[in-house]
Amino acid sequence: MKINLYVIFFTLVMSFSSCISQENPPLIETPDQTKYETETIIDGIEVPWGMSFLSERELLVTEKKGILYRVTNGNKTEVSGLPEIYKRGQGGLLDVAVHPNYKSNSLIYMTLSSHIEGDKGGNTSLYQAKLNLNTLENIKLLYKAKPNTTKGQHWGSRIIFDDNGHLFFSVGDRGNRDENPQDLMRDGGKIYRLNLDGSIPSDNPFINTDGAKKAVFSYGHRNPQGMTVHPKTGEIWENEHGPKGGDEINIIRKGKNYGWPVITYGINYSGTPITEERSRPGMEQPFYYWVPSIAPSGMAFSSSKVYKKWKGDLFVGSLKFKYLERLVIKKRKVVKREKILNEIGRIRNVKEGPDGYLYIGVEGKGILKIIQK
Amino acid sequence: MKLLYLTFGLFLFFKAFSLHQNKPLEESIAEGAEIYQDFCVQCHLDSGEGVAGVFPPLAGSDYLLKNINLSIKGVKYGLNGPIEVNGEAYDGIMQNQWLEEEEIADVMNYVLNNWGNSSKEIITAQRVSQIQK
Repeated sequence: MKINLYVIFFTLVMSFSSCISQENPPLIETPDQTKYETETIIDGIEVPWGMSFLSERELLVTEKKGILYRVTNGNKTEVSGLPEIYKRGQGGLLDVAVHPNYKSNSLIYMTLSSHIEGDKGGNTSLYQAKLNLNTLENIKLLYKAKPNTTKGQHWGSRIIFDDNGHLFFSVGDRGNRDENPQDLMRDGGKIYRLNLDGSIPSDNPFINTDGAKKAVFSYGHRNPQGMTVHPKTGEIWENEHGPKGGDEINIIRKGKNYGWPVITYGINYSGTPITEERSRPGMEQPFYYWVPSIAPSGMAFSSSKVYKKWKGDLFVGSLKFKYLERLVIKKRKVVKREKILNEIGRIRNVKEGPDGYLYIGVEGKGILKIIQK
Repeated sequence: MKLLYLTFGLFLFFKAFSLHQNKPLEESIAEGAEIYQDFCVQCHLDSGEGVAGVFPPLAGSDYLLKNINLSIKGVKYGLNGPIEVNGEAYDGIMQNQWLEEEEIADVMNYVLNNWGNSSKEIITAQRVSQIQK
């Protein structure tokens, strides 16, 4: 009898522990890795955070520690005139995005961690500048998240544009999850929407909310480091680092609350729970969540015909497991996950270039182009 | 008598000075714990166990305990390229976190005296300042 009790107890413990460590389906597959190869576009970059194409042949690449490169035919030239960067923890020079009408106005946008003024520390800011050959001119600060903090984590950040003249950018919770993400009067843990000149759109969701930050488009985020526009629906897709086991893909909708830290599928790094709540009325569920965490950074849909069978699939970089994840989506559900370029390195960014190829930023390497053999 | 006052005064002065220079180890460790949770835990994890082959362990790490200056240098300037820790090869990047010298001393004291690690050395901001690239 005693033994039986032990057996039952043991079985319960095992089933419980296998339950919490279970991978969220669909389970990831590792297909034949020889079907793909990469071509180095530029090397010698420690952390290639952001990239944006000036044309089919030229792109801008940010190095997190504070360098903006103009890359032409395999050569990189430093662009001068960057605003001052407050270097701390995960902060630095983050994303770069070329204005939708760059060819006529030469404008670019950047997010970076900055101190500027106020308390000790820094927060994420968005700048616009004119790119004149290899120099930035007419630098304008469009947004500065407040207040400053010496915390090192969760600055975001990505910049994207929709087809209706808006710019979206993300700021992480800045290591203050209890105050920032759920409070509309505070910056951090938000996705923001601005007009291309930096003004606030008159139909922003909290434009008439007393005390709210008027640029906020959605809230309840932890650390969004991937954003892209769905090539067919025009929706804003985002991925964000969760705590242990709570990385998410979200479809960003106006004025919605994505729940952090009130609801989450993750737990603290220490293994202790954050909350038992996985859902709550008025809070959005993720489109997909990763257990275990892959540490997602960058995301892009493949919308071209250059790859066999990849059209419409979503690609996400994994910092933690050093591969590119391919997610096949059918009827608004992830039906298949694959490791592409297994062991390639910590993938920081994923973009579809104007030529239809996928480009990835890999730490310690640079920018690589993916070629299907 | 005057000399006695002077000696006592000087003693207090230097005592205060040295206290200012080196805060007690317990205080440094406590502040280091906060820095660790803020800047390090994402990779090295809560018990300093790291991830085999990806993020080196700090708990019981021969790399850390045998050459403390090398680890201070890594925290101060970042670390890039192949290293070996407890017989396992690592070839990653630890980014510069841009910590202040006192913060580096605190987090080193925390790491050197936690998870079974122990060190006779107390790391000070002054020592961190002397470590060159």
